[in-house]
Amino acid sequence: MAGGWCSTRPPSITSGRSDAQGRIVAGGGASLSALIAPAIAAGWFLPVTPGTRHVTVGGAIASDVHGKNHHRDGTITQHVESITLLFPSGETRAVTPESDAELFWATAGGMGLTGIILEARIRLTPAPTRFITVDTYRTRNLDQTMSLMTEYDVRTRYSVSWIDLVTTGAQLGRGVLTCGDHAPLDALTPGTRDDARQWKPRPAPPVPPVFPSQVVNRLTSRLFNEAWFRKAPAERLGELMPLETFFYPLDIVDRWNRVYGPRGFVQWQCVLPFGEEARLRRIVEAFVAGPVPAALAVLKRFGAANPGPLSFPLPGWTLAVDLPAARGDTLAAFLDGLDRGVVEGGGRIYLSKDARMRPEWLDVMYPRLDEWRAVQSRVDPSGRLTSDLDRRLGITAHASARVHGHGTRTTGDAG
Amino acid sequence: MTDALGRVRSALVLGGGSEIALATLDRLAIRGLRRAVLLGRRPEVMREAARELASNDVEVITLPFDADAVDTHQAVIADAFARYGDFDLVLMTFGTLGDQATFESDPAAAGHAAITNYAGAVSSGMAAGVSLRAQGHGSLVVLSSVAGQRPRRDNYVYGSAKAGLDAFARGLGEALHGTGAHVMVVRPGFVRTKMTAGMKPRVFAQTADQVAASIVKGLDGGASVVWAPAPLRLMFMVLNILPQSIFRRLKA
Repeated sequence: MAGGWCSTRPPSITSGRSDAQGRIVAGGGASLSALIAPAIAAGWFLPVTPGTRHVTVGGAIASDVHGKNHHRDGTITQHVESITLLFPSGETRAVTPESDAELFWATAGGMGLTGIILEARIRLTPAPTRFITVDTYRTRNLDQTMSLMTEYDVRTRYSVSWIDLVTTGAQLGRGVLTCGDHAPLDALTPGTRDDARQWKPRPAPPVPPVFPSQVVNRLTSRLFNEAWFRKAPAERLGELMPLETFFYPLDIVDRWNRVYGPRGFVQWQCVLPFGEEARLRRIVEAFVAGPVPAALAVLKRFGAANPGPLSFPLPGWTLAVDLPAARGDTLAAFLDGLDRGVVEGGGRIYLSKDARMRPEWLDVMYPRLDEWRAVQSRVDPSGRLTSDLDRRLGITAHASARVHGHGTRTTGDAG
Repeated sequence: MTDALGRVRSALVLGGGSEIALATLDRLAIRGLRRAVLLGRRPEVMREAARELASNDVEVITLPFDADAVDTHQAVIADAFARYGDFDLVLMTFGTLGDQATFESDPAAAGHAAITNYAGAVSSGMAAGVSLRAQGHGSLVVLSSVAGQRPRRDNYVYGSAKAGLDAFARGLGEALHGTGAHVMVVRPGFVRTKMTAGMKPRVFAQTADQVAASIVKGLDGGASVVWAPAPLRLMFMVLNILPQSIFRRLKA
C-alpha cells in the first residue's frame, strides 16, 4: 500500500455455524479456509472457491471470485444474500440485492472501493462428504483440450484444465482436464465414511525464504510442465480426492510464491467471449514463443455473467497464467500486446490479478465503468476510498482524473 | 503508480532542460511513461523536448523553476505534486558546470554556482523528499558526478558542490528508508552534452543517452548508487587511494 491510510483488517469473526438452510454469517476479514471445516461438518461447502483458500470473505466479494463451477454456479456474490458495508461517512449498512441492487452489484468485483466489507451472509452449497469424485482426461493438443472441455462441462459441477504453455509443435496446448462433483457418502469405502465430514488440512511446510531469483526459468518450467502432464493418467474416472487436493493444489506448500524469488511473479488472466477461439489459440501460441516461460496456466469455460458492472466473468474462455516477473521491460511490452488482442476480441483482464495493465484499456474492457462510477460516487462523494490498483488504473472517478491527465498534451505556462 | 514490472508512469523533472533528463524520459516513454512535468528555467528548450515526448504519447507539462531561489522550492514542488501527482519518479538534474578560471577571478560567481549545484539541490531535494514520503512510493534520482569523488585542480568548485550533494542525497535516502520512497544517486563521468561542449573528453566519456540507460537500469534494480558507466566505480576505488603526488600528475 503506497501512501494514505489503510484499514486494519475487517472483523474475522465467524461462528462457523450455518443455519438449517446452509446460510452462514462471516466477518469480512475471515478467511475462506476458516469456513470450510465447520461447513463440511454440517454437510455444506463454500458455494464458490478460488484456487487458494487463503483469501478473505471481503476480498472474495470485492474480487467477485469465480471457481471451477462458474459455468454452473456463477461467482461468489451470486451466493451472497447480504453485505454489511462501512462507508467513508462512517455509516454502516447492510446491503442486499433487494434493498439496493445497484450498490450490491457495484460491490461485486468493486475492488473494495464501494466501502469496507464488514460482514456477509452467504448461502453454502450442499456437500455430503469432504471428498470429490474426479474424472481426469489428458489431452493431446489445444483443439482436443477445448473440445473435451466443451463436451464435459455440462456433466459436472466442477471443471478446469491445466494447460501446458511451454511445449510447442503438434502438442501445443496439451493439457489435463479435471471434472468433479461432491462425492456422496455411499461412494466412500467403509473405512473413510467415519470421518467423511471431518476436514483438517495438514499444516503445509513453508517454502524457505532463500530461493534465488532464477529458479523459475525456461528449463524448470519445462520440467514442471512435463512432470505435471506425465503424472496425469490418460483417463481415470471416479477417483475420490480430498477436496483440498482438488481445489487447492498449490496450497500444499505454504508461501509457494517464494519459488519466484525476490522479484516475485505476475499473473495474467483474460476472458475471451465464445466465438473468439482463434484468438485464444494465438494467445496460447504467443505464450509458448514468448519471452518469459509460463510456469503455470489454467483454462476454464465461464458461464453467464452476473449484473455486476465490474464483475470479471463473461460467457467465454478464461486463461490464467503465472509468470516470473523477470525481464520486466520485455514482459511488460509482451503482455501489453496480449491485452490489445484481448480488447480487440471483446474480452477483458481480471483486475484482481492485474499488476501492470495500461489504464487506457480499462473502460474498453469494462464498458459499464461509468455506471459503476456513478454508484461509487454516491457512497464516496469526496473520493476518500482508493487503492494502489485504483491509483494506477483510475477506476474511481477521482483517481481517473489524476491518471488520465488534465486535458492538454503540452502546456506552455512556463515563464 | 509504478506497476509490478517497474514501469514508471509519471515523472517530475527538476531541471527540465537537462539532456540527461530528456534522454531518460525518452527511454521511459517507450516503456509506457504517461506524464512528464518539467520544471526549469529554459522554457524554449523544455517545450522543444515536450514536442518530441508528446509525439510518443506522453502528456507534458512545463512549469517555471529557479534552482537558485531556495525559498520557493517547497511551494513549487508541493504544488506540482498536488496538481499533477502522483509521481513515480523525481529526476533532479539541474546544475551548472561553470568555468574554474572564471571562478578564480570572480569568487562571487563561484559562490553562485555552489548555490545552484548544492544549496538549490538541498532545498529541492528536501521538498521532494517530503512529498515522496507523503505519497508513500516513488524514486528520487539525484544527478551527482565523479567530480565529487576527489577534488582536482581544474574543477574543484563544481566538484566540491557535487561532493556535498552526493553526501546529502545518500543521507536523504537513509532518511526515507522504510517509507516506500527511494533515492538513487547517479555518478556519471564525462558526458558529451552542451554543458561540456568544447572540452576535451576524459576516459569513459558517455553520451546523455548512455547515462539515461544506466539510470533506467539502476531504477529497474532498485540501486541506491549508480556509476555511469559502471567501470568508473572500480577506477575511482583506485584513484581514491592513490598518493596525492601521483594523482596530481594524472591526466585521465
